[in-house]
Amino acid sequence: MSNLKTHFVELLRRASTQLPPDVTAALKAGYQREPPGTAAQTALATILKNIKLSRKNSTPLCQDTGTNIWHVYHPQNICQCELEQAIREATLEARNRAYLRPNAVDPITGLNTGTNLGIRFPVISFYGWKKQSVRASVMLKGGGCENVSAQYALPVAGLHAGRDLDGVRKVVLDAVFQAQGKGCAPGIVGVGIGGDRITGMIEAKHQLWRPLEDKNPNALLAKLENRLYRECNQLEIGPMGYGGKTTVLGVKAGSIHRVPASYFVSISYMCWASRRASVTITPTGNPTFHKQVPSSQECNTPNCKG
Amino acid sequence: MKKIQLPISETEIRKLRIGDDVAIFGEMVTARDAAHKYMLEKWPRFVDDLIRDKAIYHCGPVIKEENGEIIAVSAGPTTSIREEPYEHEVIAHYRPRIIIGKGGMGPTTLQAMKEYGAVYVHATGGAASVIAKSIIYVHKGYKRKELGDPEAFWKLEVRHFTGVVTMDSHGDSLHDIVEQRSKEKFYELIS
Repeated sequence: MSNLKTHFVELLRRASTQLPPDVTAALKAGYQREPPGTAAQTALATILKNIKLSRKNSTPLCQDTGTNIWHVYHPQNICQCELEQAIREATLEARNRAYLRPNAVDPITGLNTGTNLGIRFPVISFYGWKKQSVRASVMLKGGGCENVSAQYALPVAGLHAGRDLDGVRKVVLDAVFQAQGKGCAPGIVGVGIGGDRITGMIEAKHQLWRPLEDKNPNALLAKLENRLYRECNQLEIGPMGYGGKTTVLGVKAGSIHRVPASYFVSISYMCWASRRASVTITPTGNPTFHKQVPSSQECNTPNCKG
Repeated sequence: MKKIQLPISETEIRKLRIGDDVAIFGEMVTARDAAHKYMLEKWPRFVDDLIRDKAIYHCGPVIKEENGEIIAVSAGPTTSIREEPYEHEVIAHYRPRIIIGKGGMGPTTLQAMKEYGAVYVHATGGAASVIAKSIIYVHKGYKRKELGDPEAFWKLEVRHFTGVVTMDSHGDSLHDIVEQRSKEKFYELIS
């Protein structure tokens, strides 16, 4: 497949400099909600101005261009090495064009590689599918919001959080309370219920791909998401932690099976700059850049049993 | 909006109170995680003039170099609380008048601000392109190789750099107020 690198550079440019429409709309709604003249409203006004300016000038929305999390769907006849190579070359190019910051730091020596490339950096997951096209989606997750992400093992006695959805509700509220403004509120809260310490957090992060306006197909989780959205905002932490009505833009929850002994609740906090972008590239190398990351992550090929 | 010209005196900085909107003009220097550690381990002398009576900005900018000119294209604040173990000593030794960042800081920094006369200015997290526009000149990056570009000391010239005073030199912190209020709400919601 040709031009992969070129399309991936463009994907990174879009991801770093353009916010998805659902997030921008939610921030605008927050601006309308906050009383005029408050620090909360001023912060949201600055954020909205920043969104416009970044798009116009192709400059990163946030200087922390984060961990780049790639999900790549590909036909079986393409080698994953080829895709990974293209992603790494595109990452370097995007760094040279200042769409990305050199973010890869060696934890042993403290040295920054300067290239934005490192060991398992960027993070790439591959999925084979029966289509002939390649779909690549990338999420840019900053360090500030990653630092306030949390994981709980139910029960948590101090919070009276038992092993049920009400216990889940309580620890999510605790995580948002603990985060205050430090994760760049108003944030988006991804919740992974169940699994182990790794898969639970992966599920929580998967939730962050969902557009804000979508509805959880599981009625109980949909109800939990709505309640948590309401209650998180009642904490009145507000944009940047200045106090205000807009503390979170959305809560998204998913569940995976757990073993009897473990009941993990994993919470991935995403800052307001929830940067995600997606492209589908045909076998002849023509790209379609999606406005919104397509929700269907499965194969979708007729008669596919896989 | 109060105009702040750097360098600034202790008397002037003590006039600021939490909730004040400020616009900063003049010279400041970026210093974040690695730079804070560096300051307290190596006690570098070049930092003295960059900081005294001026501002430390918790920021790791995206830097673009074109024809020998250094441009900060994206330069919002990073989360300040990580510098809490260092900031008290940094304030005591290097005497900045302003710490700029996001998310606020803790009791030891607040105490140092009260003792030595300094304030915390909260900039809008993530508003990196807008803030970069207020950086009119990047003088120089110090310790770029050693600390890496995002964590180097960048000497900046700013014009109308805006923010809100959320911690002042009188022991008041907006972050403490918001946290206390949200704590009451939180316990209501989980009881």
